[in-house]
Amino acid sequence: MDTGLLIEKSVLVLIIFTISLGIAAYQTYFERKLAAWIQDRVGPDRAGPFGILQPIADGVKMFLKEDFIPKDADKWLFIIGPGIAMFTSLITSAIIPWGTDLELFGRTITLQVADFDIGILYLFAVLSISVYGIMIGGWASNNKYSLYGAIRASSQMISYELAMGISAITIIMLSGSLSLTDIVNKQHGMNWNIFYQPICFVVFFICSMAETNRAPFDLPECENELIGGYHTEYSSMKLGLYLFSEYTAMFISSAIIAILFLGGYNFPGMDNFSGNTLAILSIVAFFSKIFLFIFIFMWIRWTIPRFRFDQLMHLGWKVLIPIAMVNLLITGIVIAIKEGWFNELM
Amino acid sequence: MESLTNRKKVVSDKPMTFMEELYLPAIFHGMKVTFKHMLQKRKTIKYPEETRVFAPVYRGMHVLKRDEKGRENCTACGLCAVACPAEAITMIAGERKKGEENLYREEKYAEMYEINMLRCIFCGLCEEACPKEAIFLTDRIVPTEFDRENFIYGKDKLVESIEFPIDITKRQDTGKRTEK
Repeated sequence: MDTGLLIEKSVLVLIIFTISLGIAAYQTYFERKLAAWIQDRVGPDRAGPFGILQPIADGVKMFLKEDFIPKDADKWLFIIGPGIAMFTSLITSAIIPWGTDLELFGRTITLQVADFDIGILYLFAVLSISVYGIMIGGWASNNKYSLYGAIRASSQMISYELAMGISAITIIMLSGSLSLTDIVNKQHGMNWNIFYQPICFVVFFICSMAETNRAPFDLPECENELIGGYHTEYSSMKLGLYLFSEYTAMFISSAIIAILFLGGYNFPGMDNFSGNTLAILSIVAFFSKIFLFIFIFMWIRWTIPRFRFDQLMHLGWKVLIPIAMVNLLITGIVIAIKEGWFNELM
Repeated sequence: MESLTNRKKVVSDKPMTFMEELYLPAIFHGMKVTFKHMLQKRKTIKYPEETRVFAPVYRGMHVLKRDEKGRENCTACGLCAVACPAEAITMIAGERKKGEENLYREEKYAEMYEINMLRCIFCGLCEEACPKEAIFLTDRIVPTEFDRENFIYGKDKLVESIEFPIDITKRQDTGKRTEK
């Protein structure tokens, strides 16, 4: 085995891990700031200049809180729950191509931990597992509100995964590959999928909002009906892990949306650069797209009130899935005509 | 009858039109509204650093004034205690001894003077009742405490210091005091 490859990938994993956690932490800060701005307030501004140290203060607070386990809770599942939630939202970052190849120490470093041929399949597998963290946590708490939250989370995630999957299949059909790198490279030169598949983009975006349990789809944890939902009984860093995993999931889904629809690390005029300059610029382009989506996620959260549960199910099953399917059908027919598969029939 | 504000809207539950059922136009409109608010000026006053401008007659923490020679104005007549609707003021009167003329303005003074700041409703009736221009409400805010006992303010906290007199010129000059 190539030792250099091992070191290179380990360093990359470490960097991505740190960046994901750092961004997740500062998302909490930015979310609070944005909420404040939308409501004509100032937001956190006491810890450090502009409150920039607020996430650190929050983290310290989380660690210092009493770690409480309810008497009737299933102790091991209760402990494992937040771990699974955090783990699943972090491992998705393994398949994300962060930028073009970097030349360092005479090696060509691919800025992607693992370039699967079946990247999207892996992505959906992990997304399906991620409901277990919430489900197990809600179940193990032995609390009716937690259980309600967990049930809502699982039904919501299963419903919206269908529409999400169908719209992803549309993109796969366009690109002709399951590998995320291929999908990104296919969109080179402003051939971004959002221009070809705007309806598919809207469906996928709404579904990702539901998958990450963000408002207006935050029924699993709605504070005023379910007192926090699946994490009602959690305290200290276990609660912190749940909240953190939600923000990491938001970061990762923004990355996925950027890859599938906004051309990942592609940016206009990228043919004028090459080598490491191109790599760094592509990383910057990719991250600005991610931040744009994070901003839109938050913006929507502080604009729209929460759906009712029947409205949520109605939207998922009766609106999004039919739209996605019709879109898939039309895309398929257009591709078939373009490829000339109907020529013999006509 | 026409409503006062002209903002009355008749509620109806007619079925939604196609555009309304799409939700998206309404959502975009909402996002436009929130985006406008994002760029607006903040309405927050960051309290310890900035303070709201107080009206000249703002009724905050009390002060027991001294006259221009640094003598306490209060003669412990008890009119403020009688006037107080919340019964927050208590006092014990004392007689001025020889050699204390530089401390108290008249022959009688308050040995003890206490205001319970938790009872006080800051109505300003004590100030109105005072015939000697001794007690005034100022634009200072009573600081927070953890114990209820600490809210009973004695003379140590109420009487203004000679070096740093409390400015009450913003409040109206009652003209009650006669020069002695």
